[in-house]
Amino acid sequence: MSSGFVRVDGRLPDQLRPIKMAVGVLDKADGSAYVEQGNTKVLVAVYGPRELHPKHQASLDSAIVRCRYHMAPFSTKERKTPAPSRREVELSKVIKDAVSQAIFLENFPRTSIDIFIEVLEADGGTRCASINACSLALANAGIPLRDLISSVAVGKYRGCIILDLNDEEDEAAEADMPIAMMPSLNMITLLQVNGVLTEEEFKRAFNLAVKGCMEINMIQRETLRSVYASIKGEED
Amino acid sequence: MKTFRVVSQLVRARMVDLLSKNSRIDGRGLLDYREIKVEKGFIGRAAGSAQVSIGSTKVLAGVKVELGEPFPDVPDKGILTVNAELVPLASPAFEPGPPDENAVELARIVDRALRETETVDLKMLCIEPGRKVFVVFVDIYVLDYDGNFIDASSLASIIALSTARIRRFRVEDGKLKYEDGYMPLPIRHIPVTVTLAKPNDGPFIVDPNLEEELSLGNRISISIDELGRICGIQKLEGTLSVDEIFKAISIAKDVAPKLIDIVRRESGLNV
Repeated sequence: MSSGFVRVDGRLPDQLRPIKMAVGVLDKADGSAYVEQGNTKVLVAVYGPRELHPKHQASLDSAIVRCRYHMAPFSTKERKTPAPSRREVELSKVIKDAVSQAIFLENFPRTSIDIFIEVLEADGGTRCASINACSLALANAGIPLRDLISSVAVGKYRGCIILDLNDEEDEAAEADMPIAMMPSLNMITLLQVNGVLTEEEFKRAFNLAVKGCMEINMIQRETLRSVYASIKGEED
Repeated sequence: MKTFRVVSQLVRARMVDLLSKNSRIDGRGLLDYREIKVEKGFIGRAAGSAQVSIGSTKVLAGVKVELGEPFPDVPDKGILTVNAELVPLASPAFEPGPPDENAVELARIVDRALRETETVDLKMLCIEPGRKVFVVFVDIYVLDYDGNFIDASSLASIIALSTARIRRFRVEDGKLKYEDGYMPLPIRHIPVTVTLAKPNDGPFIVDPNLEEELSLGNRISISIDELGRICGIQKLEGTLSVDEIFKAISIAKDVAPKLIDIVRRESGLNV
């Protein structure tokens, strides 16, 4: 990695965008979270574990997770039609697969945990910001988790491996690679590669992504700690 | 998809036990595919087609080429679109209706490997920039599902594309002129997909059959081209550690050339 490489927004190759996180931002949801990574803004609500309709979808020995990733019509450069695209269908599935791994589903048989993701503004890394927000919202809902899930994308941009791509970088990138992991358990729950990489580039990119996830995990923990520490303080 | 067929605890335990001794429930080696059969040119009305069986999993891919308008952001390129249908005759788990999340994921995995490697040279399929280009449709039909439809679909798609023939044409002043005879599509690479699965404690296997797919819990698809480059990864269900992912990639790189040889043999493609 050339250390002198400066990116379109002035960041270093291994630098995250500014991150804002908040939990409990919605009144009616059982759990909710808001995450900003650069200009990307994502709002997530979690409902459940709750009774499942239609009932035939229920699993007798665990909860099922349903997840809708959706982009607001005004979130993109050109208006996005509200009907779900194939991309949104796929992302709903991979996000569901990624976050389900952290939940003790066996504790809640016959129920559903419903996750609703609205991308309010899209500037690259929306699935990763969504997963970060899902993890916080699940924690905010009081659902027992094996670990938080932290997610970030890496990519190859003009031959350089970079962390946390924005939309401009993403569009020009030779490859991009979102990952999500449970940092304390060191387990990967989402990995996709779009683009072409050699094995050596993959390893470098992957290791950078893991480092990025660790940084994001610290911010997630701090976000939860600050909220719940202050609640505890009020009770004292 | 997990609810339609149950694998008994006994079979599951036996499977994991066998894996720890480097063997599999159907007698294969850990890194062996089931028998792969290819029937190309199966559909006369398609520009190209291939029916690929991996064991009893069967996938038919057909290529159609039509004229259309280019996307505004790439006015000088033809269009490639990949669609997959999990048709209800293939499995009790598949239901009629628009493609569900599994079908969409399948199509996008196959599409990504073809697109990112620029396997189809879309610049060659432009007739009049901004107005008229060829549109290449790859339609994947999963006909019989006994596990691992991803690898079968990617193999069927690249063979259908590389054996497709379109009417010979030339472009004169932005006008399309047909000539006598037929020509192949401009195919530049051979991406194939290798799917691996593993139990929480145990080794990786390639080409999981349905029972293995339902039992092992952790699965990943890795696309590799003839240059040995990684051109797509999709982690499917489960979790994998960092080291396991590196291991999966090195296995996929070792196994992919066998699939690529099949494509070369069937298509006569010289890339």
